[in-house]
Amino acid sequence: MNKLGNKILELKNVSKIYGELHALSNIDLTVNAGDWLSIMGPSGSGKTTMINIIGCMDTPSEGSVVLGGVDISRESAASLTKIRRDKIGLIFQQFHLISYLTAVENVMVAQYYHSMPDEEEAMEALKKVGLASRAKHLPAQLSGGEQQRVCIARALINSPEILLGDEPTGNLDEENEGIVVDTFRRLHEEGATIIVVTHDPEVGDVAQRKIVLDHGKIVDDIDQSATFGRALKLKTRQ
Amino acid sequence: MKMVASSLIRRASRLIIAVLAIAIGATILSGLVTIYYDIPRQLGREFRSYGANLIILPTGDSKITREQLRRARDVIGAERVVGMAPYRYQTVKINEQPYIIAGTELPEAEKNSPFWYVEGKWGAKGKPESVMVGKQIAETLNIGIGDAFTVQGVRYGQRAVASAQLLSAKENLARDIASQNFSRKLSVCGIVTTGGAEEGFIFADIDMLDELVGDSFRGDVVECSVVADAAQLAELSEMLKDELGDVQPRAVRRLTQSQDIVLGKLQALVLLVTAVVLIITMISVYTTMMAMVAERRHEIALKKALGAENGLVMGELLGEGVLLGLIGGALGVGLGFEFAQQVSLNVFGRAIHFQWLLVPVTIAVFIAITVLASILPVRKVMDIHPAIVLRGE
Repeated sequence: MNKLGNKILELKNVSKIYGELHALSNIDLTVNAGDWLSIMGPSGSGKTTMINIIGCMDTPSEGSVVLGGVDISRESAASLTKIRRDKIGLIFQQFHLISYLTAVENVMVAQYYHSMPDEEEAMEALKKVGLASRAKHLPAQLSGGEQQRVCIARALINSPEILLGDEPTGNLDEENEGIVVDTFRRLHEEGATIIVVTHDPEVGDVAQRKIVLDHGKIVDDIDQSATFGRALKLKTRQ
Repeated sequence: MKMVASSLIRRASRLIIAVLAIAIGATILSGLVTIYYDIPRQLGREFRSYGANLIILPTGDSKITREQLRRARDVIGAERVVGMAPYRYQTVKINEQPYIIAGTELPEAEKNSPFWYVEGKWGAKGKPESVMVGKQIAETLNIGIGDAFTVQGVRYGQRAVASAQLLSAKENLARDIASQNFSRKLSVCGIVTTGGAEEGFIFADIDMLDELVGDSFRGDVVECSVVADAAQLAELSEMLKDELGDVQPRAVRRLTQSQDIVLGKLQALVLLVTAVVLIITMISVYTTMMAMVAERRHEIALKKALGAENGLVMGELLGEGVLLGLIGGALGVGLGFEFAQQVSLNVFGRAIHFQWLLVPVTIAVFIAITVLASILPVRKVMDIHPAIVLRGE
């Protein structure tokens, strides 16, 4: 099911409760290094809550979340910020690029908060997503797909342990959706661990594994290894 | 640095508005402070047009000597002296009627008394026979500009001899122009109107008067117009007393007190306006920064999502505030000086001095104001939750 076989993320009995509402209920999930997991489910099923907890932007009400050997469920906000900086690469539906910075500078922002900005490294990351020629363009001068690829380059720049995508293709047309999925495929081949929340069944189907949430519970956990290559080809052909 | 600089340049249009808000405050503030510090000097000069504010009188029967006059000028300081006119009063007769001739340094008296209305012109050093007469004397003697009249009197140290009833007028005149007496024909170059006692005097060059009475300078009074407030005048009076010995320096209270009252009120007004401007600027910077934080909510949330700590993001925003304060303050110093210069030229008719100290002080004050006004808006960073703000909905 996975290339390396070692656990990188483990959720045990995780719940998130807002008053009467149980956004997540007793979730158990293990993700191995190098896995490509998609999380699907209807609106309000708890997908975003789950990815926020995994991405250290929220904490569970109950249970434990072990990320890279560290239980992040009881860490302080400052510690979570540090873990997020060092271990997580975030990809957003709305890209969230800084409008007054060029593509390469947007990538360097992540370097700045992690260690030291290095333009050469940032250019390498952009090359990896096929955007080296657009490095000096402002976000407004880039297409949606290009902006999302800048976002992916920014997520990759600090070599995170996990790439988290929250509806990464939600704002893209089919052509750009294909380009982004293809980028994920290449990163996965290079050994990246990818977790993607999506509404789109086609994007969900191209992952190696898919879990389906409903009312805060995992209602389906599908190993797609058998159809993984085929589904991917279908998607990237579009 | 390159990234920060280019980001500032690309956001220039927004930053210019913030800088302008600060620069306008800094302009008014530095301009008012410049005026505040220059008012005493400007107003002091202005008040000098109301006449002498320091009178030096001899004590007892003594008179003021040339040496005392020179030392008095040294004690007061040449740069503060607007005018310093010594007076010697001598009784003379014109057509057998007694009048008083005031010998003085006419150019200095002119500086002391810009409020005198002089028909004709002031007497000059090179024309000792040309004198000014008070309006009252001119009317009594029925003389006008260019007319001549003869003054007679007793030389210094001599006794006047009373007219003898048994002698004819011609014989009495002959007695009067004998060696103990003097007689000199003078011409009128100006008629003085002041509405005061000056209209009953003849004003002549002091050297001519000394020569006429056959004596060296003996001053009855020295009228000084000095750029100083009441406290400084009191201090000067003490110093003159100590330095000159047998003299009684007196500040003209009516003038110095009025000057201090007007000055105090004006400075209080400037201080009040300055405080109001300061508060308005702070509110303006506060709202500008609040708008900036609100406008950049997504950017701040993104930075936090990328791993920036609250302190770091707050530091960045405060750093921008410092930069805005620096640029706005620097602009304000220049514009403020121009503002103060225009006010000074239009109100006082004089140019002002540029206060170099105002450059670092204004910049420091506006950096402090910007930072202070930014604290609350910048603290909002702590409330920005990346998961909520960046939610892709």
